[in-house]
Amino acid sequence: MVAQRPKSTSSGKSSKGGEKAKGPDPSLSHTDVLPDVPEDIFPMVLTSATQELFECRADEDVTQNNPYKLLKKDDILHDMKARAAVSDFHPVKQTVLNYPGEELLLVFDRDFKYGQSFYLVLTEEAKQRILQPPVSTDEEEPEEESEQYVCRTPEPQQPWVSLGSELEIEEESVKDTRERLKYLVSRVRKKFGAPVNFTDRNALESKEGYIECTSYQDRNFRLIQMERNSATQAVLNLKSSATQTQRTFPRNMYTQYKPRELTEEEKENYMSSENLKNFASSAFSRFEIAIQQNKIMDVFFDDWQALSEGDIAFGGKADTYLKEYQSFTDLQFSKDKSISCIKWHPTISGVIAVSVTEKMSFEERINGSTKLLLNPPLILFWSFSDPINPQLRLECPDDVLSFDFCPSDPNIIIGGCMNGQIVLWDVTAHAQRLHGKRSGERRTTSAYPGSFMAFEEDKENEIPVLLYCAVSSIENGHKAPVTDVQWLPENFEISITGVPVENQNQICVQVVTCAPDCCVMFWDIRAPRPAAHSQAERKQKMEEKQLENPRGIPNTFKYLDLSWKPLIKVMLPKTDASGEYSPLKFSLRDNIHCSRPRSGKDKSVKTTDRPEGKVEYALLRVPSEKQLKPLEDISTMFCVGTEDGELVYTSWKLGKDDDSGRLLSGKPSRCFIVHDSLVNTVKRSPFFKDIILTVGGWNFAVWKESVMNGPIILSPCSQKRCMVGCWSLSNPGMFFIGKEDGNIEVWDLLEKTHEPSHIQNISTASITCMKPWIISSKQHFLAVSDDFGTLHILQIPWTLRNPSSSESSVNKYFEKEVTRLMFFDKRKETMAKQKTATEAEEQKKKTELLVPEKLSEKTEEESLAEYESYLTLEKDILKEMGVSLQEEDKPSNEV
Amino acid sequence: MQSDLIAEVEETLKRIQSQKGVQGIIIINAEGIPIKSTLDNSSTVQYAGLLHQLVMKTRSTVRDLDPQNDLTFLRVRSKKNEIMIAPDKDYFLIVIQNPSD
Repeated sequence: MVAQRPKSTSSGKSSKGGEKAKGPDPSLSHTDVLPDVPEDIFPMVLTSATQELFECRADEDVTQNNPYKLLKKDDILHDMKARAAVSDFHPVKQTVLNYPGEELLLVFDRDFKYGQSFYLVLTEEAKQRILQPPVSTDEEEPEEESEQYVCRTPEPQQPWVSLGSELEIEEESVKDTRERLKYLVSRVRKKFGAPVNFTDRNALESKEGYIECTSYQDRNFRLIQMERNSATQAVLNLKSSATQTQRTFPRNMYTQYKPRELTEEEKENYMSSENLKNFASSAFSRFEIAIQQNKIMDVFFDDWQALSEGDIAFGGKADTYLKEYQSFTDLQFSKDKSISCIKWHPTISGVIAVSVTEKMSFEERINGSTKLLLNPPLILFWSFSDPINPQLRLECPDDVLSFDFCPSDPNIIIGGCMNGQIVLWDVTAHAQRLHGKRSGERRTTSAYPGSFMAFEEDKENEIPVLLYCAVSSIENGHKAPVTDVQWLPENFEISITGVPVENQNQICVQVVTCAPDCCVMFWDIRAPRPAAHSQAERKQKMEEKQLENPRGIPNTFKYLDLSWKPLIKVMLPKTDASGEYSPLKFSLRDNIHCSRPRSGKDKSVKTTDRPEGKVEYALLRVPSEKQLKPLEDISTMFCVGTEDGELVYTSWKLGKDDDSGRLLSGKPSRCFIVHDSLVNTVKRSPFFKDIILTVGGWNFAVWKESVMNGPIILSPCSQKRCMVGCWSLSNPGMFFIGKEDGNIEVWDLLEKTHEPSHIQNISTASITCMKPWIISSKQHFLAVSDDFGTLHILQIPWTLRNPSSSESSVNKYFEKEVTRLMFFDKRKETMAKQKTATEAEEQKKKTELLVPEKLSEKTEEESLAEYESYLTLEKDILKEMGVSLQEEDKPSNEV
Repeated sequence: MQSDLIAEVEETLKRIQSQKGVQGIIIINAEGIPIKSTLDNSSTVQYAGLLHQLVMKTRSTVRDLDPQNDLTFLRVRSKKNEIMIAPDKDYFLIVIQNPSD
């Protein structure tokens, strides 16, 4: 701060006032003392001489910080006297003289607060005031200072200099431009006090009703975000990419491995180690327990199931009744006729075929031959779905005594007629009819309820009649009624010499027939190998036949028609006498497709071998013998039941006769007369291949093939003739016998062997044929035909169809019988030996009496033999004793 | 001496074999390789391979459940027969029996 020496008291103050910026400009004249500047302060100038004199030199003795200096009054007075008018203190002479105190305060006013560099405090009070509270608050000092400034009167107003702002002010100010107008509004006088109607007026109706300030977007105020906070994050570079695995096809991978094995040496080592021995012995004890446990009780035995069997066996004994399921008879075709043969359709369930024959003796036939010609005999097909009408009729040239379905192709049927001919039918065209006739029939009946009678006639006409497609040649066939016809199974066929060879076609192509003309014939349904000259013949025949085919006969076997010759003729010469046996029924050993219906599993096995599709029999040829491989395991032996009641066991192989060089059949190995009349049944058991049932006359017999001594079971003679017999398909030890009086006897070998376990009467006429069949596990049927031409279908009840005996137990029974038979024969032999021995001895010695041994068990034959031996013995004795037989004729039974 | 031991082992095996219903006996070592068998080779190898794994699994199961426990005997009963296995530290003895025979 520059200490500016003011030129004038007033101007100097203004500069100082600027610094302070407060209050009006202070003036220095002591007359215009600011209210806050006390009167008792007198600013004065002190010369340097004075300063030296009073030791208040500026900035040396008195500084700003220490501005106070007390001066003695006497000194001042002295100074004043000394220098009189020159003394600085002159102006204040009077004051000093009047000063009551001794010392006067001199304040160094460095800042020129009061205009001079020093000021003298004139009163004691001021001196006190200044000295004492010099360190009072600062506020006091500026207040004092501002006070000082405020107290000063403002400077005289200077004239206002216009800078142009009054124009603006004038513009902005609101002034009345004119006088304010006054209006007085009042209503018409008459309406004062009158009721007023107020109406509403919508303010929105007209734009004048209201004034609005619509909002608008003021552009001035459109905010543009110039700044925005956003966060950033540093990441790695992202890149998306995709891959697709290449779809490879699955490939088979194989691993082949070989199991590790020890060498012999190593095995030896192991076996001989002590370790193993210890282990074996310790392990063995554990095993002993386990194995014995298993032995004690069979853990696999299902008690629960076994429980049910025992229960029903007790309770349902009475329920062995064969319930009649259905019966078929046709008024037109089968009335007053007899059914000679029944066969179930092998594949279609519920279809059964019967052959209907006339009940006439030979003479009657001759007499009534014309009538016979008009009504050709038929084979009728019945279906379970239609009990009234047969499904199909097959026309036969003559009464068919036996027929059979071809196992590989059930549409081919072969039959044997009374005139010795073999007949073939092909029902392929009507196979559909047999299959799916069930729904069709019922629909048509319901559609026409009114015209029932007329419809029946139509339907009758609709039953298709099928003619036979081929018959055998009359000269070369049988000379007697063909009584039995069977197909050979498809796994082998017979060559010309009778050797069974492999069947390459795997279908049934050969048939075996027999007739009481003493021969068994083998027929082949394929065309024989054509010889040169006969080919022309055949062609001719073929042409002829092709022209005439009026009745729609299928020409499957055209080549055989009327020219069919048997492949082999097997004669049955008698063993001990000349002549031949006249076979009625036969049974082959390897006839696997006997009466038992094939299960699904068997069928599937068969069809894989068979060629698919219809076999063209015409194209098949009998192969030459050299091409075929002979089968060793097929037995060529078969059993034949004859007209005389014999059972003949023979082979069909043809041997060469040395004498004539022709092929002749050998003599049968065994022959037994068991039955009193003709044998009508020779049947093998479906469970045991070597057990044969023969029925004939008044009894039946069960044979075992390997036992050639006799029947293992022979039934007692019954009252009525036994007409037919058949084995049960589900029960090993059971079979059915049909009687002359219409009874069916159920024989259960394990239950009773001396009488049937159940007898039931089916009809009043004699039973002619019986065939069992299994449709499902719950439905076991027995088809029985009688002499009236009625076919009865009986349902076998659970007690009879359930295998109460297992195969093993029945087998054991048969074995027991065999052993009994053996024993018997042995006894017979020993008996015979003994007998010869005794006779020899007697003749030698003639003295000894031999007592023939008593036998514990005797059959009739045995007792007869015994009796005879006794008689001879008696004769001898009597002769010995010299008594002739004629004189003494006393039969003594005692031996 | 060695032959004696062999004979003893053979004798033990014969005794088991003679029991009714026993179809076959196999001795296998710890690795599952058959040492001695009364069945044909292919069956033996098959039985050995499969049963060895079964026994190992069973033994580990038993020991997992209780480490103090160990498998002494294993009987597998099926519809047709029963397979009995006696495990040991070094060997297994397998017997196949058909109890209903």
